Amino acid sequence: MSRIQSTFSTLKQQGKTALIPYITAGDPHPKHTVNLMHTLVKHGADMIELGVPFSDPMADGPVIQRASERALVHKVGLTAVLDMVKEFRQTDQKTPIILMGYANPIEAIGATVFADRAKAADVDGVITVDYPPEECGDFVKALRSRDIDPVFLLSPTTEPTRVDLIVSQASGFIYYVSLKGVTGAANLNIEEVSKRVASIRQQTDLPVGVGFGIRDAATAQATAAIADAVVVGSRMVQVIEASNDDNLLDNVSALMTELKTAVDAAKK
Amino acid sequence: MQLYDMPDARGHFGQYGGTFVAETLVEALEELRVMYDKYRHDPEFLAEFHYDLKHFVGRPSPIYHAKRLSDKVGGAQIYLKREDLNHTGAHKINNTIGQALLAKRMGKPRVIAETGAGQHGVATATIAARLGLECVVYMGSEDVKRQAPNVFRMKLLGATVVPVESGSKTLKDALNEAMRDWVTNVHNTFYIIGTVAGPHPYPMMVRDFQSVIGVEAKEQMMEMVGHQPDAVVACVGGGSNAMGIFYPYIDVPNVRLIGVEAAGHGIESGMHAAPLTANSPVGVLHGNRTYLMQDADGQIIETHSVSAGLDYPGVGPEHAWLKDIKRAEYVAITDDEAMAAFHNLCRTEGIIPALESSHALAYAEKLAKTMSKDQIVLVNLSGRGDKDINTVAKLANITL
Repeated sequence: MSRIQSTFSTLKQQGKTALIPYITAGDPHPKHTVNLMHTLVKHGADMIELGVPFSDPMADGPVIQRASERALVHKVGLTAVLDMVKEFRQTDQKTPIILMGYANPIEAIGATVFADRAKAADVDGVITVDYPPEECGDFVKALRSRDIDPVFLLSPTTEPTRVDLIVSQASGFIYYVSLKGVTGAANLNIEEVSKRVASIRQQTDLPVGVGFGIRDAATAQATAAIADAVVVGSRMVQVIEASNDDNLLDNVSALMTELKTAVDAAKK
Repeated sequence: MQLYDMPDARGHFGQYGGTFVAETLVEALEELRVMYDKYRHDPEFLAEFHYDLKHFVGRPSPIYHAKRLSDKVGGAQIYLKREDLNHTGAHKINNTIGQALLAKRMGKPRVIAETGAGQHGVATATIAARLGLECVVYMGSEDVKRQAPNVFRMKLLGATVVPVESGSKTLKDALNEAMRDWVTNVHNTFYIIGTVAGPHPYPMMVRDFQSVIGVEAKEQMMEMVGHQPDAVVACVGGGSNAMGIFYPYIDVPNVRLIGVEAAGHGIESGMHAAPLTANSPVGVLHGNRTYLMQDADGQIIETHSVSAGLDYPGVGPEHAWLKDIKRAEYVAITDDEAMAAFHNLCRTEGIIPALESSHALAYAEKLAKTMSKDQIVLVNLSGRGDKDINTVAKLANITL
């Protein structure tokens, strides 16, 4: 059983929803990333989604674009990100790490080499925004043969027949993108999301995480009631962006505490 | 008989092309693919398309024998396919009409586009005005500054121009931003991509709409000289004018197809926009797999060309394929060589070419010199140079 699968199964026994914060590796500066990851875990992160900076983040809104740009100033690419995961693993062998990024940095080193290096760094899952299942068969095989979970996104526009195709390729969990648009967009319609999550559950036994549009305790709690995992990205990055070296960890801890309390308070 | 049959059903040209997009766009692209399949051979759709090409654009564009230029260069005869004479001044309008007519049939009241130099933006704004569609054009803020007249033109035509501040603030960032808009407004919006790049079916669809250039050229050459040219030369940024003139010639033997990229300050300087000539690594950007200018981490690197329309780090996937199967050759021309060819055409033929097209002209001159006087080089003169006079004046330290 992969680390992601066992984390979900433990939470399920406890009747809890996973809280998955997102940060971009290298933002605001590479020296902070591993500390930030440990801080996230200390304050309730069940898993961490770690963004791999890319020069052309087409699916991201302005907040995460700026995070990518801050990291790229320090030349944080895929190799540097994997080194950060390795360093994190020296003191945390328990928390699943899911990389999130775009296809080109992976293509630049090749799918197999990437899978080998990700395994060596002890990465648990990979989300590749612009790799729909039709285009990444070999990549999925390379990951799964190394017990790394390929995590796929489902969107409000995904037809049920495609859901079947995607869940057949995915492992670990399914990431439901709660709205049409880029990361950081507003207007989460919890009723609609709830309907879609219920319908996805008819087609797969994989846990269903929900992200995009979760910004505060209220939206986190409402989402936690219907999902197996709540992903918080842009809000987390906004807090990082608004912090300085002195208050960064405190500010992130405060947001995590707020979100964790909300997620744990959700009635399932 | 058409032997060449690319792309495959999912938009692959060998290992190139494909549909590398976020999940939210997959359904929209599928809808587009189905609709384009339905209409691409539909007589009524094609009649409407060709009616507009004739009466709104002014097609067919003539082929012109640049005799004085040929004599001056000494060697093969240089002929020009005059896309510069189209309404809005470039080949871009051929494609925007096709896509806008499709948008109308799909019931999408809003169109969006990316633009670099502004020619595709103007062409999109033009057809949007003609068909009564809402139009939003994304343009890098650097390009907005460099191409003020085209920005004003788009606004006159009723379009909203959105300056893009992210990344390098140029064409590739405008494309990113247009993708972000599309992913948000996919229910009512048609994305009119301006070149033979992007996810399937765009590279194929844009090529098909632009292939009117090559179809006409084949007939016109027969009428004018009774045979086809020895070489067809066209500039390549994303590569839509080149695919437009190349495509109908792919199955014609003994016609060399030559794509001319922007060498900027020289390939060896690293300051260029010539992924094919420089043999850049293969990668994924803007929905397709192709040759791509990038660093070892897979980050897209900044490109350079005096011509904004060629200033793009990737290239249409079909060009990547044609390079690999050796059906087309790809070369590069520096800023300086393009500028010299620009002035040469102005002075010898009374035609002010676009800086993009000047790259094709510069290579045609080089090539013609190595050929005999009874041979023919056909250049796709993809656009007129009025839009470039500020750039040219600035290079000569002249204030207009």
